Amino acid sequence: MKAPKNLPTRQSDFATAPTLVTFEKISKTYDGHTHVVKNLDLEIRRGEFLTLLGPSGSGKTTCLMMLAGFEVPTSGEIWHGEVPLSRKPPHERGIGMVFQNYALFPHMSIAENIAFPLEVRGLGRAAIAEKVKRALDMVRLPQIADRRPNQLSGGQQQRVALARALVFEPELVLMDEPLGALDKQLREHMQYEIRSLHMSLGLTVVYVTHDQTEALTMSDRIAVFAGGRIRQLADPRALYEEPADGLVATFVGESNRFDGTIVSRDGDTAVIATRGGTRLEAFAVDIGATGPAAVIVRPENVRIGAAVDGLRDVITGRVVDVVYHGDHLQVHIAAEGLDVVAKQPTRDAEAPTVGSEIRFGFLSRHARAYDPARTDH
Amino acid sequence: MSDVTAAERELLRAHARAERGRRRNAFLLVAPLFVFLIFTFLVPIGDMLRRSFIDSDVASVWPNVVKVNRAWSGEGEAPAALWPALAADIRASAAADNVAVAARRLNYAVDGGRTLVMKTARRLARTESAPNDDWRAVFLDADEAWGRPATLEALRRASGPVTDFFLLAALDLRKDEHGSVIAVPERDAIYRTVLWRTFSVAGMVTLFTLLLGYPYAYLMTRASKPVEAAMTIFVLLPFWTSLLVRTAAWIVLLQENGVVNSMLVWLGVLDTPMRLIFNRVGVVVAMTHVLLPFMVLPLAAVMKGIRPETVRAARSLGATPFTAFRRIYFPQSLPGVAGGALLVFISAIGYYITPALVGGADDQMLSWFIAFFVNDTINWGLAAALGVVLLVCTTVLSIVYAKIVAGRQAG
Ligand SMILES: Nc1ncnc2c1ncn2[C@@H]1O[C@H](COP(=O)(O)OP(=O)(O)OP(=O)(O)O)[C@@H](O)[C@H]1O
Ligand SMILES: [Mg+2]
Repeated sequence: MKAPKNLPTRQSDFATAPTLVTFEKISKTYDGHTHVVKNLDLEIRRGEFLTLLGPSGSGKTTCLMMLAGFEVPTSGEIWHGEVPLSRKPPHERGIGMVFQNYALFPHMSIAENIAFPLEVRGLGRAAIAEKVKRALDMVRLPQIADRRPNQLSGGQQQRVALARALVFEPELVLMDEPLGALDKQLREHMQYEIRSLHMSLGLTVVYVTHDQTEALTMSDRIAVFAGGRIRQLADPRALYEEPADGLVATFVGESNRFDGTIVSRDGDTAVIATRGGTRLEAFAVDIGATGPAAVIVRPENVRIGAAVDGLRDVITGRVVDVVYHGDHLQVHIAAEGLDVVAKQPTRDAEAPTVGSEIRFGFLSRHARAYDPARTDH
Repeated sequence: MSDVTAAERELLRAHARAERGRRRNAFLLVAPLFVFLIFTFLVPIGDMLRRSFIDSDVASVWPNVVKVNRAWSGEGEAPAALWPALAADIRASAAADNVAVAARRLNYAVDGGRTLVMKTARRLARTESAPNDDWRAVFLDADEAWGRPATLEALRRASGPVTDFFLLAALDLRKDEHGSVIAVPERDAIYRTVLWRTFSVAGMVTLFTLLLGYPYAYLMTRASKPVEAAMTIFVLLPFWTSLLVRTAAWIVLLQENGVVNSMLVWLGVLDTPMRLIFNRVGVVVAMTHVLLPFMVLPLAAVMKGIRPETVRAARSLGATPFTAFRRIYFPQSLPGVAGGALLVFISAIGYYITPALVGGADDQMLSWFIAFFVNDTINWGLAAALGVVLLVCTTVLSIVYAKIVAGRQAG
């Protein structure tokens, strides 16, 4: 099934879409004293692709399980429109779910697997056959209806799981690391397929991953989880370019980090004295007027060689390694006792010599100063 | 292969030598077990199979009779040579004090066969020679039963070397004078009833172990590690308790003024105590107890392999808890059910001591009769034939079991 042409452009068109599901002050504890999810508020908008991203153990799966009905919130309520979900058993919620390891029924054929949600809904034989066929066509596996799950490759099983979760036309689909077990190439292919299904069927998808690239490429909005809280909820671009705190900045995308203390603060601008003895001007995100700060710079914003001319702050270091990545070079620079990484497009950089001295710097708006206490979870 | 160099050939030879050495070592390692199994397992079973169709009792004491009988097809009159041979053999065996062996064998096939032979032997001891050498007249004079074709036919059939008598008898069948297979008279039929009883007790025990074991195994696979270990030990306890202690415990619990009866009366379920032991109830309860591990362990092994996400997936796809169990969990646990049920059933049909200790006279199973014929009446042939019946049942079920296990591994 091809995606229709005139789709809304991704990211931000859903900002005004109506809310489908609301998490209201949700807390969850399994053992009675440690909170896996803490006082969480979250709105899921109709038609959006929302990704829950975060380190292992941050509570992503728990949130999904509470939404699906397999776990009960310790406090708070999940609303589906005006309906509170807490007393609805999973089979009445009508939410499609794709599990990390597919969870296909091993004793049933592929067709029987996909027919299952239709059978339990009491559909007629002919209608079921028709819908199963369409679902298999949709995931481009029309010829495998009679096989067993263990006769399929990982990617095929994943697609069957997808077809099974979509065949009863749920408006909300949950996916918990659905691509975690696939190799890189298949993964990228499936990312594309899931995205186009999302768009062509107008689904609302809540997607869990701890692969930040996957989150950035697929989502309309990303919620970064850490320690049972949402640290930032934003569209991918805002998340990558304007992380709200140090944790989001270091967790999403690559980064260089210079620790130091605040020397002065003037509006959005702060001057930080690094441990290596350099003074850097940086954009103040969540720091005060004094105290420690961590300056975080993306590798692609680190300039080297002639490009540093005219920059306010320039640091001198030594080239330790130059790694060729095809489209870009990664230059590792030893400076201030750190390993600073600079990314240079291959075409306009001539490779610096390993062992030579090098000057590097960055625009002060590309240097973002964070409260170091909030860079960990 | 012609362009294989000398060096390569040498390498291949060295590999072959190493491979032979490895195989010899492997063989030596299993050899003791192999020898042990041959002597403790294959030889006894082979001997039992042999005894179920070899008929050597009469042949061992009455060689002349056997010689005459084996030459006789059974058609028409008995050969005249039979009578002097019989007289000589009975006399000789009486002198050697083993006439009872043949008497006992004849008794299996002819009512009053033992008395007939013993009486005749006493008579012959007083008779030196027969007038006109007509030994037939002497025999007929001793007992008119010798004149019946059925008696002579039975003697001929007992002359070996092989017989289907025991195997037929084990199924309540026999051959009539014309050699066609017929059912034994109602009052003599017993083994089919016993076989049915054996199967029905085994079936009941299988059913109860399944009903008790299924939820138990389910909880076991869901429990935390220490709880699972405790539950495993709990189910294995009867294995580690001496049979007599276990039985004594059941007697204490189930007797007329025992704990269970008192409880039932106290709860008002019963007005007067019920008989719970030395009958079928006691047998089934005690056997269910001791065979429970055979059900729980295969079930738990299979249930451990069932991924809980499959049930969750079913629920999220719209199945009620019951539908999810019926359509998703239970079918996946079926190999464990089949494996456990067969294991329990196969073990149960061979049970002997437990029914003997906690059952009544009408609760004894096939094995009890085998033991009875071996120990009490020394009828090895019938004991062996009943053993063969049991062996055939067990083998068929084991093949079914192996098929299921193989199917599971392939699937
Ligand atoms: N059933 C449970 N019983 C007790 N603790 C649990 C249970 N499920 C999860 N936890 C705990 O809750 C915390 C959050 O788990 P959760 O599975 O939600 O994390 P996650 O963000 O999905 O992690 P991952 O990326 O590793 O899947 C973890 O510390 C985990 O140990
Ligand atoms: Mg998880």
